[in-house]
Amino acid sequence: MATTLADDLRPLHHPRSWLTKYVWSQDHKVIAIQYSVTAILIGVVALILSALMRLQLGFPGLFPSIQPDNYLQFVSMHGMIMVVYLLTALLLGGFGNYLIPLMVGARDMVFPFVNMLSYWLYLLSVIVLVAGFFVPGGPTGAGWTLYPPQAITEGTPGHQWGIATMLVSLAIFVAAFTMGGLNYVTTVLQARTKGMTLMRMPLSVWGIFTASIMGLLAFPALFVAAIMMLFDHFAGTSFFMPTMQSMGRITPTEGGSPLLFQHLFWFFGHPEVYIVALPAFGIVSDLISVHARRNIFGYRMMVWAIVIIGALSFVVWAHHMYVSGMNPYFGFFFATSTLIIAIPTAIKVYNWLLTLWRGNIHMRVPMLFAIAFIFTFIHGGLSGLFLGNVSVDVPLSDTFFVVAHFHMVMGVSPVLVIFGAIYHWYPKIFGRMWNETLGKLHFWITFLGVYAIFLPMHYLGILGVPRRYYALGETAFIPESVHLANEWITIAALIVFAAQGLFFFNMIWSLFRGPRADPNPWGAASLEWLTPQTPPAHGNWGPHLPVVYRWAYDYSVPGAARDFIPQTEPRA
Amino acid sequence: MSLFTRLAEKSWEPKSDRDLPPDRPSAGAVGLSAYVAVACVMFSLLVAAYVMRMGLHSAMGHMGSDWVPMPDPPLLWINSAVLVGSSIAWEVARRARAQGRAVRASIAGAALGLCFLIGQWMLWRHYQAAGYYLAANPANAFFYLLTALHGVHIMGGLGAAGWALIGGNIRHIRLCALYWHFLLVIWILLAGLLVST
Amino acid sequence: MPIAVAIALLVLGSVAFHLFSPWWRTPLASNWGSIDSALDVTLWICAAAFILLNLFMAWVLVRYRNRPGHKAHYEPENATLEKRLTFWTAIGIAGMLAPGLVAWGKYVSVPKEAAIVEAVGQQWQWSFRYPGPDGVLGAAAVKYISPDNVLGLDPLDPYGRDDLLVEAGDLHLPVGKPVKIVLRSKDVLHDFYVPEFRAKMDLVPGIVTYFWMTPTKAGTYDILCAELCGTGHHEMRGKVVVETPKAFAEWQAQQTSFSQILADMPQAAISIMLIKANACTISAPRSIR
Repeated sequence: MATTLADDLRPLHHPRSWLTKYVWSQDHKVIAIQYSVTAILIGVVALILSALMRLQLGFPGLFPSIQPDNYLQFVSMHGMIMVVYLLTALLLGGFGNYLIPLMVGARDMVFPFVNMLSYWLYLLSVIVLVAGFFVPGGPTGAGWTLYPPQAITEGTPGHQWGIATMLVSLAIFVAAFTMGGLNYVTTVLQARTKGMTLMRMPLSVWGIFTASIMGLLAFPALFVAAIMMLFDHFAGTSFFMPTMQSMGRITPTEGGSPLLFQHLFWFFGHPEVYIVALPAFGIVSDLISVHARRNIFGYRMMVWAIVIIGALSFVVWAHHMYVSGMNPYFGFFFATSTLIIAIPTAIKVYNWLLTLWRGNIHMRVPMLFAIAFIFTFIHGGLSGLFLGNVSVDVPLSDTFFVVAHFHMVMGVSPVLVIFGAIYHWYPKIFGRMWNETLGKLHFWITFLGVYAIFLPMHYLGILGVPRRYYALGETAFIPESVHLANEWITIAALIVFAAQGLFFFNMIWSLFRGPRADPNPWGAASLEWLTPQTPPAHGNWGPHLPVVYRWAYDYSVPGAARDFIPQTEPRA
Repeated sequence: MSLFTRLAEKSWEPKSDRDLPPDRPSAGAVGLSAYVAVACVMFSLLVAAYVMRMGLHSAMGHMGSDWVPMPDPPLLWINSAVLVGSSIAWEVARRARAQGRAVRASIAGAALGLCFLIGQWMLWRHYQAAGYYLAANPANAFFYLLTALHGVHIMGGLGAAGWALIGGNIRHIRLCALYWHFLLVIWILLAGLLVST
Repeated sequence: MPIAVAIALLVLGSVAFHLFSPWWRTPLASNWGSIDSALDVTLWICAAAFILLNLFMAWVLVRYRNRPGHKAHYEPENATLEKRLTFWTAIGIAGMLAPGLVAWGKYVSVPKEAAIVEAVGQQWQWSFRYPGPDGVLGAAAVKYISPDNVLGLDPLDPYGRDDLLVEAGDLHLPVGKPVKIVLRSKDVLHDFYVPEFRAKMDLVPGIVTYFWMTPTKAGTYDILCAELCGTGHHEMRGKVVVETPKAFAEWQAQQTSFSQILADMPQAAISIMLIKANACTISAPRSIR
């Protein structure tokens, strides 16, 4: 292998002590693990909150310590943690950090110091977020959307300090993400190894790359909204605060527009959905291709779809606001743009199915998760069409249908991909193999369990059961059977909750006791499986960078000796 | 090779085998342009919020009658002139071939940048003394918010300039100069918005 | 293999669940049948896609499972197939978007003859206001609110004097008459939601929002708040009574008008109210016709 231009440009930062190797590390792989572990730990907090919410919904009154205030706090913290601090951080900070340099054949991120700073700022944002649980009044209970005025007025839990810690934490998170995002984007554009053209990158890189660009352009909206709300809260400005009556008094604020906040929030919030979805799309494409031993079907279409979805997702934000009181004529535009985005998304689904079609499908645990993802994503994507289709959204908005939809499409689906991805890359990351039986058990309980949780919720939503209700109380249109359904859903949720213990046990136990893994156990063609050491050493590639001669999907090529050809194998 | 032909490439075919162009832009330049895009989005969103809040969109049902514009004090023009001077000094540094000249010019640019910050601080004091408090009016609130965020970017630029000067790295000095020009453009747009409304 | 069976069973199970589920739309009590049919069209198209795609996947998982001697087929892309799929997807999308947009077109154009009723939300109760004989709601704003003037009517606006106020009571509507429901919030965001009417809209402090509908079935329905508004969100309930025009007129005759309230107030309180109202005539809100 020849040296290439990137080889001598960037002297590596070599760790000198244990502390700089594992704590203040500038190695993308260590940072990736730090990001992932932090994200998963805070995700477990959010998971516990969801179990508490389900206990209240399934058995109202049985747990007197869960008051309406607590319930709303659980709702808000669960949502924000899951969307931002778990999914975004894990998919971009975790997988993005680990996979980008390895998949494009770089030694590290282009700005390793900034990368390290990104993680530590992220950790700080998580600490500030968690501090919200311990401030007077507890964390905010304004919902994950943090809509003003209620977020900072009497009558909402945590309106004094909880919301402040949340907003400060978000602002720090945005700074952390920007540092990371700049790294991911620049590394993909600038540090690809010889032969790695854009169209030879694995779809995982494409998904993460596009999501990073979107994050860079969308998170400023959240940042601006958070800063402005902090001004409103602490300096008494009225960006978002109209004249209103609070605790019997008329507030001194005047003329502020709550809708302005909603526009800013969703200008971030909708791309955020795809910031989570696109890396998952990319990763699942690779899982399906590897385990079906077939090239990804329609690679170019897949790349274009990712880019088009990314671009379109910036002009659909107000579909979250059809009944918000904004100019109703916007509804025509946003419904149309929203439904158009379904077309590239559908193409992605077709191409996953067509990759399986005529494949040679190995039902290993990562593949099971990928297949389950296709199923839940079809379900969640289709229910999204109901909500995007403006007038159909009117009866459904703010009901359980919305809860069911977004959990299916951006909760369950990306999480299934994350599980699949962890099972898939674990042997490379840690050099050990996990236990297959435990993995399958974990898969079956999780997959069937989540469907049992969220399928009935759609129907409760169509009936009209509103979301974010502490208790349904006596309501004429809600029959007794709904309460029964809530009990079943809670039981299913608790089973799924408990089943995650299998995953954690499997991962931690295998770390120490798992059998040594093969460097390329699945027979994958992409670069990350071709490192000289497993797990990859600092600098990833030994003395020379790899040279790429083909795309990442040469599986079952007619005439080839094996059913895959690594990217580094020259053409005959 | 244009972006579209590159994205239309059938990368599984043997004829897709080709070398990447050897002269890629430096990582710093790519990173800087990405950050400029981020900051542009942030300031554009603030401008959009400004316009929406000001009530130009009253047709959309937003009430904006409480908006009382601030007067333009002469200091605003002086500060702008200082920032222009700072940007000129940086441009001199960017074009300088000799290291010594580049360092001297960039020190001048950074110093003028610091002067701009001090001037902005005095501008704030001036408005405070005249009774234009932050919470008194949305126009005031936007003024303080926009100038504060712009000032934070200048401070970041000063930090980066200090780092580039300590390293004595001429490539980094050139990147600093580009960042400075970007901040000048943002400032001119913001000042134009503040003055014209 | 088990996963293929599981996928197929989940598809069948979902269809069965749909057919036998006890939970479906509440019986419609307004003119918004077009929303229901848009939902049905969306549902049929989506259900077809769901069943076809997943059953195809289940079949593929069986047919192309790994077994000795089986090899995958190498095929980077198939432009014709992809184009066809894109085309048919676009047709399906257009098919559900069209009825959705048509229904929305009706939703946003309020008929001229619609009567006006105002619903005012506050943490955590509903109040209502009828325009009275002149058919015009007087101007109102949060800044006019006082213990005697709980809905914040502008005491200087002559259109407001005959407005009928229903504080924390039931909303009454005559059956078969289109009504524009004007929404105003005293404090935070709320959302006026009656499942049987299908219609819904947020209440946003600082602006006046609205939607319209025609109640078509007499009865009493629950009003829920569908926008998180704080601790008591789930207890913010109201009732709407849809009744014959005759019963409605009788009920309306018993309601108190703003001028009656003013007449019962001590003179001093009225003076204070008027002075305050004069002080804030800059940027006065407009009356709503």
